[in-house]
Parts: sequence; C-alpha cells; structure tokens
Amino acid sequence: MAAMTYYLEVRNLSKRFGDFTALRDVSLDVVEGEFVCFLGPSGCGKTTLLRSIAGLDPQTSGTISQKGRDISALPPAQRDFGIVFQSYALFPNLSVTDNVGYGLVNRRQNKGAIAKRVAELLALVGLPDAGPKYPAQLSGGQQQRVALARALATSPGLLLLDEPLSALDARVRLRLRHEIKALQRTLGVTTIMVTHDQEEALTMADRIVVMNHGVIEQVGTPQEIYRRPATAFVADFVGSMNFMAGTLVAPDRVKVAGVDFACPPQEGLAPGQKVSLCIRPEDVRVRDLPANIANRVPVEVAELDFVGAFCRATLKAQAAADVAVTADFSSNLIRDLGVEIGTKLDIALPPDRLRVFA
Amino acid sequence: MSLVVPGLKVGLSRDDLMMRAGVVLLAAILLMMLGLPLWALLAKGFEDRDGKFVGLANYVSYFSTPALFQSALNSLQVATITTLIVVPLAFLYAYALTRTVLPMRWLFQGISLIPIFAPSLLPGLALIYLFGTQGFFKALLGGGSIYGIDGIVIAQVFYCFPHATLILTTALATADARLYEAAEVLGTSKRRIFFTVTLPGAKYGLISAALVVFTLVITDFGIAKVIGGNFNVLATDVYKKVIGQQDFSMGAVVGMVLLAPAALAFLVDRLVQRKQVALLTARAVPLVPRPKLGRDLFFTAFCLLVSAAILTILGMAIWGSLIKYWPYNLSLTLDNYDFAKFDANGWDSYWNSVRMALGAAVFGTLLMFTGAWLNEKTRGFGMMRGVVQFLAFLPMAVPGLVLGLGYIFFFNAPGNPLGFLYATMGILVLNTVAHFYTVGHLTAATALKQIDPEFEAVSASLKVPIWRTFVRVTAPICLPAILDIAIYLFVNAMTTVSSVIFLYAPDTKLASVAAVNIEEAGTTAAAAALCVVIVLTSAAVKAAHLIADRFLFARLQVWRRR
Ligand SMILES: Nc1ncnc2c1ncn2[C@@H]1O[C@H](COP(=O)(O)OP(=O)(O)O)[C@@H](O)[C@H]1O
Ligand SMILES: [Mg+2]
Repeated sequence: MAAMTYYLEVRNLSKRFGDFTALRDVSLDVVEGEFVCFLGPSGCGKTTLLRSIAGLDPQTSGTISQKGRDISALPPAQRDFGIVFQSYALFPNLSVTDNVGYGLVNRRQNKGAIAKRVAELLALVGLPDAGPKYPAQLSGGQQQRVALARALATSPGLLLLDEPLSALDARVRLRLRHEIKALQRTLGVTTIMVTHDQEEALTMADRIVVMNHGVIEQVGTPQEIYRRPATAFVADFVGSMNFMAGTLVAPDRVKVAGVDFACPPQEGLAPGQKVSLCIRPEDVRVRDLPANIANRVPVEVAELDFVGAFCRATLKAQAAADVAVTADFSSNLIRDLGVEIGTKLDIALPPDRLRVFA
Repeated sequence: MSLVVPGLKVGLSRDDLMMRAGVVLLAAILLMMLGLPLWALLAKGFEDRDGKFVGLANYVSYFSTPALFQSALNSLQVATITTLIVVPLAFLYAYALTRTVLPMRWLFQGISLIPIFAPSLLPGLALIYLFGTQGFFKALLGGGSIYGIDGIVIAQVFYCFPHATLILTTALATADARLYEAAEVLGTSKRRIFFTVTLPGAKYGLISAALVVFTLVITDFGIAKVIGGNFNVLATDVYKKVIGQQDFSMGAVVGMVLLAPAALAFLVDRLVQRKQVALLTARAVPLVPRPKLGRDLFFTAFCLLVSAAILTILGMAIWGSLIKYWPYNLSLTLDNYDFAKFDANGWDSYWNSVRMALGAAVFGTLLMFTGAWLNEKTRGFGMMRGVVQFLAFLPMAVPGLVLGLGYIFFFNAPGNPLGFLYATMGILVLNTVAHFYTVGHLTAATALKQIDPEFEAVSASLKVPIWRTFVRVTAPICLPAILDIAIYLFVNAMTTVSSVIFLYAPDTKLASVAAVNIEEAGTTAAAAALCVVIVLTSAAVKAAHLIADRFLFARLQVWRRR
C-alpha cells in the first residue's frame, strides 16, 4: 500500500522572534476531517504554530504542505483556510449578514445565491434571525457563532480556531463546545483549535497535540494523552497526578521511601536512576482489596477536601509521613468506610495504572 | 544540532505587492513634500548670492554679525519667558477642568480653545488697540511701550495657552482614582498627595507642554511681526532677509539656525515620551472630583479670570475691526470689512484661504490616513516603513518659515520638473499638508492601532483584497479620526501665516497673508477685520463638526450602539 498522505503535513517547523525561539523543530500530521487541538500553557507557542499554518506569521524554517501542495512560502491569501480569532474580529460596522457574506461578495456570485448561503450558514450556527443586527448588539456567544459562520462561508478545507471560547463565560462555553464539535462532525471540515483548557481539548478533540516551550510533548487521542502521558509535563498538565520521588531498582520496580512498588516494565531507564512514580487520584484503590494485592500501603487520612461530587483525600503513608498521595473518594465510600481525618486504612496502587518518569 | 537556517523567503500576495508599492509611493511623496525642500534649504546655506559653493562662509558671517546673533538670543529669551508663564497657567486651568467641580466646565474648556482658531496676528493687533500708541489703557504702561518683548510675550501667552492646556488636560484626565484613595487611607496630607501623586502623574505632560510652547514661540512669525517693534527675533529676521533684502542664502542660514532649537525640543520630547509607561492600566478607576467649596471657588475664580483675558483680547480685535476711526470716532461700521479698499485682492484672499483650507483638508486627510494605514498594515518591508515613519515625524521639528523657504529653493530650482507647481494653489496646499503632517499621521495611526489587528488576516483568509477591507471596514470605523484630521487641517490652513508667506502669487494670496500685508501698510482695523473673518470661519467649521458629531453621526453609526 502506498504511504498515506495526510491532509496537512508540518515538517521540522521552527520559528524565531529575534533571539527567542517560539517553535523548535515541530513536526505534525493531520488527517482529513480530523479535529485536532493544540493544548499547552499560555506562551508555549500554540498561536505561533497556528499562524504559521495560516501564513500569517511565516515560519523561520521548515515546511508545511496541505493536500499534498507545498504551501510553506505562500501568503495567507493563497492558502485555503478559514479562521476564527479569540477576539472574533467581526467587522463592527457591518451587519451580521454582511459579515457572514463578506467572503462571498468577492466571488462574483449573484445576490440571491449569496443571501441563500448566508441564511443557510446562520441557520447552521443557530442564529437564523440575527442577520440585520450589528455585532455590538449580540452576546459574546452569538458573536462567536457569527465569526464561525463567516469563516465557514467560503467552505474552506481547513478551519483554524484560536482560543475561540476563552472570552466566554463558563456556561456558554460548555454549550458551544458541543455545538462546535457537532458542527465540525456534520461538515467534516479538518479543524485545528488552539486552547489552554485541558477539559476543552479532552472533550472536543479527535487528537490532542500537547505543547510546551515551543516543542510538541505528545500527540494522541484524548484517552491516550490521559491514560498514557508520554512525559512528566503531559502527566502534570492534563488531569491531576500524584508525583512521588523514588529510585528505579529493577526494570519493573520503583523504591519510594524504602518501599518497593511494582510498575509496568520500563524500557530506556537504567536501574538506579532517580524517577517519579505517578498515579492519578481516581486510580487509587481502597475498597475490597484482596489479601495478596500488589502495592498495598497502609495510610492515614491527613486531609479531606469536599469538591462536590467527591472528596479529594490527602493520604500519608503510615511508614513514612513525608510520602503522601491524593485520592478521589466518592461520598458513598466515605459513608461506608466511615472515613474522616485521622482514619487509618489500606490503599493499593494498581501497577498497570502507575507511570514512571525520569 | 540545530543549524542557523536562513529566514524563509515567503512569496508576496497581490495585496502585499500593492501595499509595498503604496509605501514606496508614499515615501516618494513625502520626500518631495519634505525631504527635498529641506535638503534644498540646507544646500542653499552653503552658496553665495550667485549660487556658488562657499562652504561655511554664510554661517561665519551670520555668527559674526552681532545684530543677527542678538535675534537668536532674543528668540530664546521670549520663548523661555513665555514657557515659564504659560505652563503654570495652563496647568492650573487644566487642573480646574479635570480635578475640581467647575460650573459650566464645557464653556471654560471651549473658551480656552479660542486662540487656536485665530491667526497669531490677532492677539498682536488686539494689544495694539489696548496698549498701543493710541491704546485704551496706554496710561497703565506708565511711559513704557507695548511694542517689543512685553507685547510679544503677552500675545504669545494668548496664542500658546490652548496648546499647553490641551496637553495638560489629557495628562491630568488620565488618573487612577485608586492611587488617591490609597494615599488618603494612608492619611497622606493633601499637599503631599499633590506632590507625590498628582505632579509625578502629570510630569510627562508638563515636559511635553513646555517643549511645545517653546517651539511654538520660537517658530511663530505673526506676533513678532506685528508687535515686535525693534525687538528682532529669528522668525522676523528670516522674513526680512528673504522678502526685504532678497538675500536667500542668508535667509537659509537663519532658517537653519531657527531649525536647531525646534529640532532639539522635538528630540528631547521624543526621548522623554519614550520613557513614559502607561500610567493607566486597563483596570484603573477614573477619578471623579468631589465638591469641595474653598478649592472649587478658587479655581472657578481663576478660570473666570483667564477666560475674561482671552475674551478681552478676542473682543478687542472684533470691536477694533468695527470702529470707524480709532480712537477718535468710535462709532461702529462695517467699512473695514470692505477689504478691496485695503488690498488689491479684496475678499478674494479670503476665498483663496477657504479653497486652500478645503484642498488641504481633503488631500491631506486622504494622504495622511491612507499613508498611516499603508505604514501600519504592510507586512514586512521594515526599512521602507522606517523611512516613511521618519519623514512623517519630521515636520514636527521643522518651523513653517523654514519649510516655506525650502519650498522656494526646491520648486523654483531651474530644471525641476515639479516647477509648474510654483506660484499655484497646489504648492500652498502641498506646503500646508506637509507642515501639519505629523499630527494628522499620529491621529490616524493611533486610531488604526485601536481597531482589531486581525481584520486584514480575516480578509486574507476570505480572499478579499485588502483595499476592499480598507474601504468597507477600516475607513468607516475610523471616520471620527478622519474627520478630526480634516478639521485640524482646515483650521490650521486658515490661520497659518509662517509657512505660506513666501509661496503665494498675486492671485493666490491667502487671508492670513493679506492681513500681514494690510497691517504692514498701517491699517490695523482692516487687518483685525480679516483676522476676525478667519476666526469666525474656522470656529464655525469646528462648531459644525461638533454638531454633526452629535446628531448626524449618531445616525450614520448605528452600529456603535449596543
Ligand atoms: N511577534 C512576536 N514577537 C516576539 N515574541 C513573540 C511574538 N509572538 C509571540 N511571541 C512569543 O512567542 C511565545 C509563544 O507565543 P504564542 O504562540 O502566542 O503562545 P500561546 O501558546 O499562548 O498561543 C511567547 O513567549 C510570546 O511572547
Ligand atoms: Mg495564544
């Protein structure tokens, strides 16, 4: 079978602003119709990468090709994309209709066809009656949708979204997450969205590109990113994670505060190396521990923080008070076991849920 | 590992090419309007009367002529004294406008702006009526004369006051109420709050106001001409050398000497402003003054006094222009407005002024706004944009007389293909636009910086040509700024004397120049009448602007409403 060609191929992209390197040797493939999120802390280079793909801030080196066409050196106007900015950049002096139709007027279509297309798009984003209004008369969420409709009007092959939801309040943000995702699935348009919100990335993306300091840390589906973070950074940035300092004593054993823990076999790490042993709070087991379960640790409850649906418990090892893990306890569990501060109990850290990072 | 890779060469879109061509064209226009005339002036200073290169001979002769050198000292003296008077006055006035509860604040603000609408001649003429040889209050001077440094300083204070007040009002208006609250909570005395919070906050405004006033005085020509008597200053020297003695080389030398302090003040201002950091963060709480009887009474009285002085000077000019034969027959008449009796051009010079001002407003606004847009929005092309930026800032440092002189040398030079412009309305418009380029450019650039920077990116992604977005979106959004620029140009074109006094032909004489000529011929009343017509015209245009802004505009710009 011939090698698969990707819709978008980014190869060895670097971007410097003077002495500062904003992107370092970034490579990435995007499949046609996919929804990809760039996720990372603010300042890590997400917007820079997006703008390079759009041609707005051309890369210093490296290549980009779209649908097999090398677009590395093309100006934005000769690339095929629609874009929505964090500010939406709606034209304030044009009505919603004129905003959405802005890119259509140029294409020598007749007025009727344009009006029909605009109405279709406004219906698509759920604002069928907003046409005559001006952007200032719309709520933030509505402006967002108009910007989306405008970007989609010319049926671009690639949709670029730069933090499209970050200016909205929490409730609207949740609703729009689903709407944008549904819209993207209906239209099948290849989409790249920049966000610093892990929840947003996890719920919306087909694949997530986690970035930090101008490099890609990991690319994977939301499950892969969450379950098998490739680096300590990803483990820490996506979801909650316990980090315990230890030493690798055998390929599948880590010693923390004098206690040996079984873990998945580690390749590429030499015994004797200082490592972090990691587990997510929800993976800590408490109930019905079999007698011979691996990685059993007697602990004492040091703190209990009510978070709503569950409690986050800070558990100190009875043998070594400076080793602590947090675990998520459901309300049921707390009631059934009578957990309160000072309670002593046994927990287990399932080996298949443990991650080890150098 | 990573090698240094040469920067990627990115292809240029049609938009990019068009924008770059625009920037190059703009640079060429600015070079013709500013760079080359100034260059011609510089070169002229090194030539003798016959156009032979003589090195520094003219400069040597300038500095060894005590009378000429004395003028430079005189200019500095007048400028220093005026600055020391105007800045404190304007500071108090601006303080009253922004930090106290003033009844009819808008009226006081309006009155403080009046001098902007008058040619600088006007306060000089008013002073002649008040304190001249046959002045109303001559006795008050106790044998002294208003002609000379005293008259110049008083008239300059009137003329410069609005400029300083505007700058200081802006500086004082941008205060963070929380700083004051914090100081009060800490139990700081009012006096200490003033010296530790208020003054430092206005520091840059004060420096800027001082430099602007200093430059205005040094470069103004009308006042010293009318009321200077035997007290010579640089600006009148240039005029005498060029118009009186037809000594262009020496005129050029004096012009260069005149350029030095103005350019220096400009540089200092740029350096100081660069240090300024935004005092007002986005989260600042604007300061709203609370009533305080003693303070408010004091400042109301102060503002009344200053306003009365301004209105007296304006009123005196108006009254003088309506009087039959000062001071013997005080009955009123409109005879002095029959300009044909005093100047061959009659009312034509007034209509020339109006035409010139309209031309400058239309052409200048178009050039300044489009130019600022090109320079802000062109991708890459840093060098050329730097050149444009420099040329756009240059006029701020160049006195009008100097620019006007440069125009003579450049456009009148044999073989210049642009020579056809000489002695036409075109050259007056060009000169006026060049003279006032910086403020217009800055106004446009500021407005453009305030709109969303991604409009161009959006239109590129939608494959809409950038010029289309300029016409449909950018320009309409910036309409208020565009109108501001047009009004600014119109008013300045109506009132300016210095830059155009060398450039008019018999049939393109302007009202402000005619006023100088009429005054020179000894008819104060008619000169005052012409000044009054100018004031009324520019003030009427400004008033129309305000009214349009209030009513018409609100209708045109429904989209601004929430
Ligand atoms: N035009 C620029 N000039 C200099 N530095 C820039 C420029 N644009 C971005 N940067 C820097 O590059 C880094 C990455 O920026 P950006 O891509 O905007 O981050 P984010 O991941 O938050 O979107 C930041 O440190 C930012 O300061
Ligand atoms: Mg960003």
